[in-house]
Amino acid sequence: MNKDLQPRFDVLVVGGGPAGMAAAVRAAECGVRVGIVDDNASLGGQIWRSGSEGGQPKEAVGWAERLRTAGVTALCSMRIFDQPEATVLLAEGTDDVHELRCENLVLATGARERFLPFPGWTLPNVMGAGGLQAMVKCGLPMRGKRVVVAGTGPLLLAVAACLRQHGAEIPLICEQASWGNLARFSLSLLGQSLLGPYGKLIQGLRLTAELGGTPFAANSWPLAAHGRQTLESVTVSRGGKSETIRCDYLACGFHLVSNIELPLLLGCQIQNGCVQVDDLQRTTVPKVLCAGEPTGIGGVELSIVEGQIAGLAAAGRATEARKLFGERERARRFASILDRTFRLRPELTSLPAPETIVCRCEDVPYSRLRQHTSWRAAKLHTRCGMGPCQGRVCGPATQFLLKWNPASVRPPIFPARVESLAAFADGPAPEHNQVTGGI
Amino acid sequence: MLSPVTLMVNGSPVAVPAGTTVAVAVVAAGQACRTSVSGEPRGPLCGMGTCFECRVAINGKPHCRSCQILCEPGMEVRTD
Repeated sequence: MNKDLQPRFDVLVVGGGPAGMAAAVRAAECGVRVGIVDDNASLGGQIWRSGSEGGQPKEAVGWAERLRTAGVTALCSMRIFDQPEATVLLAEGTDDVHELRCENLVLATGARERFLPFPGWTLPNVMGAGGLQAMVKCGLPMRGKRVVVAGTGPLLLAVAACLRQHGAEIPLICEQASWGNLARFSLSLLGQSLLGPYGKLIQGLRLTAELGGTPFAANSWPLAAHGRQTLESVTVSRGGKSETIRCDYLACGFHLVSNIELPLLLGCQIQNGCVQVDDLQRTTVPKVLCAGEPTGIGGVELSIVEGQIAGLAAAGRATEARKLFGERERARRFASILDRTFRLRPELTSLPAPETIVCRCEDVPYSRLRQHTSWRAAKLHTRCGMGPCQGRVCGPATQFLLKWNPASVRPPIFPARVESLAAFADGPAPEHNQVTGGI
Repeated sequence: MLSPVTLMVNGSPVAVPAGTTVAVAVVAAGQACRTSVSGEPRGPLCGMGTCFECRVAINGKPHCRSCQILCEPGMEVRTD
């Protein structure tokens, strides 16, 4: 254990996406000692992922520059898996384990895609929409590939535009939301633009230009993916009619869910799947703040402003933080519109067939889950959610399909190596000696 | 473009641009990453380290999340 490697931080930020970077910058610019920890090889999160091709947006480069100038300690390729004491987090690196000590914590753990099971969704080359985009940014060649993009949320358009830029052909984008909802969404964006210089509208227009000629269908969703060893085609329900499309990849995600495992472990109050915060982004746990997607899915602008408020508040600059409340209020309006527009339609609960696997780690089919009445009972009897992803994929799916509530965690919140778990076994909290985990 | 990196996927050489993740190298080579508990081939799903579907063995170390790890010259990747 590298106990002496890291200093004690005044503010430690968990998560290196837009919210975390903004929090770290604003806190460090106040002159306090700040660290930022992320499990990826570099900062930026999913939306500002650089990968093999470089080319981050100007805004990301700006925040990264300020981060360096302000002297923030960046700890990449490190994943938090436990909190043995209130001011200590344990992080596993590629080959080592670190004890990170801090006075104040800002949780900016981001979001992940929501996946819904349908026949064939476990075939190789069926990926998340953001998942495929991440793979492409990390070098996956798309030239000449046919990719069906499906699911829901504004991410679908961004992904389709990115794939096209990389040479993919998009035979169809399937959006489950209705045209009515989408029309109201567009009108709301116009309304937002009158309130101030709002990036979303411009972003939307640019996307439309880049997507010119790509077929887009609302009221549409995937019914089944087909193929022997890998994906060959997908059948979709397109405005009530089914249609089978040959493709190399299916990029499929049903909007986002907040990553609340670490906030839960720390004892933060959660409501409707989101971390509860006050006006200064403080959670219900003293000295633990939260910013960005874990407080509710709201997009990059909201994440940045929440991150700034949290960073300033964590550094003791509440007065400065308050100056950003107006900006946050405007960004929150967009978040509430997102939520209304891309709410999942009830028809999607009938997507899985009885034999469709829901828990991909333990290969538990839908028919076995339906015999149970709760997440806990299903875990005990079927091993659903007991694999290495710890229910991060099947949890949100069963929440939608079966109305279960999988919101409970215990350490380690990510599978950790036995050495990592043992490294703190001589520590002060005896229950941590009993922790089991690993793959 | 930086010079390409050559690694071994199941004993065959695969050349990828520097900065490519192991998951991408495996998918680009047309391979599945792992076999599920009931014997299905599986590839990456989330691309961001949460789903664990992209687990492979790298240089003999099992259960590496290949979407979080960059390719290095001479790396030995096994998907079985």
